[in-house]
Amino acid sequence: MGGYGDVQLLRDDGLRLDGRKIDEMRPVSIEAGVLPAADGSAMVTHGLNVAVAAVYGPMEAHPRKIQRQDRAVIDVRYNMAPFSTSDRIRPGFNRRSREISKVTAEALESVVLVERYPRSKIRVEIEILAAEAGTRCVGITAAAVALADAGIPMRDLIVGVASGKVEDTVVLDLDKAEDNYGQADLPVGILPNTGEIAFLQMDGDLSPAEFELAMEYNFKAAKEIHEIMVDALRRRYEGGEA
Amino acid sequence: MGWRLAGIGEKRMSQGQSGAEQRLVTPGMAVGPSTGKRAGSGVVASNDTFIATQLGWLRELNSTVSVDPINAAYMPRSGDLIVGTVAEVRNNLWFMDINGAFQGLLPMSLAPWKVEFGAARQHMDVGDVVLARVQEVDECHNVVLTMKGVGLRRLNQGTVERLPVQHIDRIRGENNERLQRLRDACDCRIMVGENGRVWIDGSPSGIRWARKAVHMLASSGHRTDIEDLFTTLENEMKGDA
Repeated sequence: MGGYGDVQLLRDDGLRLDGRKIDEMRPVSIEAGVLPAADGSAMVTHGLNVAVAAVYGPMEAHPRKIQRQDRAVIDVRYNMAPFSTSDRIRPGFNRRSREISKVTAEALESVVLVERYPRSKIRVEIEILAAEAGTRCVGITAAAVALADAGIPMRDLIVGVASGKVEDTVVLDLDKAEDNYGQADLPVGILPNTGEIAFLQMDGDLSPAEFELAMEYNFKAAKEIHEIMVDALRRRYEGGEA
Repeated sequence: MGWRLAGIGEKRMSQGQSGAEQRLVTPGMAVGPSTGKRAGSGVVASNDTFIATQLGWLRELNSTVSVDPINAAYMPRSGDLIVGTVAEVRNNLWFMDINGAFQGLLPMSLAPWKVEFGAARQHMDVGDVVLARVQEVDECHNVVLTMKGVGLRRLNQGTVERLPVQHIDRIRGENNERLQRLRDACDCRIMVGENGRVWIDGSPSGIRWARKAVHMLASSGHRTDIEDLFTTLENEMKGDA
């Protein structure tokens, strides 16, 4: 949140700078099984964001100190490619990618039936190829499709989605300008079938009423994205490949 | 609950699956009421409703609702016949790659030979392929293998094919009928491991045909015209002979 109050983010006609309504999502497309070498994979395009997720495992957890005797651990590596933004990103881990890897792993651990695979590790690699705000949500969505594609048992297909506040107005799915200069950002991981929340962060301030409205937008968007996720998996296997 | 999603991906069930309608289900999808039915693999009951936990085809057989997964990792079970590869050798045991999350352990006491302490490598070295059986799997997924049993041995020749674990039944067919037809057609020895490894040994042309046939069965075994495809392949082999 840049918090620059003098940047106009809503047009006089009430639409946003890119022409979307306040409760309109950027276009989303998902393809499952894009990486033949991975056990499961998916590519998600969400607006100008492009994320690829690959899943390997379950495999023996190494180093052994990370093993859990009663469940699997989920090892997530979120990384932004150096060419994903106009400013080149220095390759390798940084504070932000470590944080996102951690919260993504915790979100996925709450949906994957980790108790089925004691002492194991499920490796999830999320690579952001193009970034335009909301990459952690796109990464979670891609990881969920890749996990399902890999045959990992889960309670639900978790969906990453975000709402926020610009010019004192709650809007769904912030783009880059809104993310940089808006007043608040509320990314969540939603389990659409049960309505549970597996992940929630908030940057900036929202009143209780604004929070409720932002969550309403998030749930609505999660349902839409979930249908696209199911459709991507269906398309991959409907040709009789399985 | 997501009942509206349950209709997505419906398709005709393949041959050998009683002709009922089969549905592609995704994790979290509600697949029907649980009253009077049992939850099989890939399904959990929640609030009188069955929820799918894996991506796959929904199956209901004898009041048991389960999901045939499209992709699955090999989960060893006691008694499984497997084709393993020696991955590591210690003084008194071998670690086997069994295509699972964990390596299988073969102690020298369960080997078919009398092995002196420190001489394990003289009997089997890294890369050797064996036919073994899963003796025991504990709650932490430690796998103990045995080579004591009829037919369990080191496989000194032939080739090993890697196939998806969930498609192994397509190669065996009902009562191993299809497997026997495979063996007869190419005059090869074929052993199908539960872990998705198939060992084939015979003449070079027989092995070549058998490799093609097992891959075809694994990828197309669910199709309604699989018998025609298989018969065509058999005729092709007979024509060669």
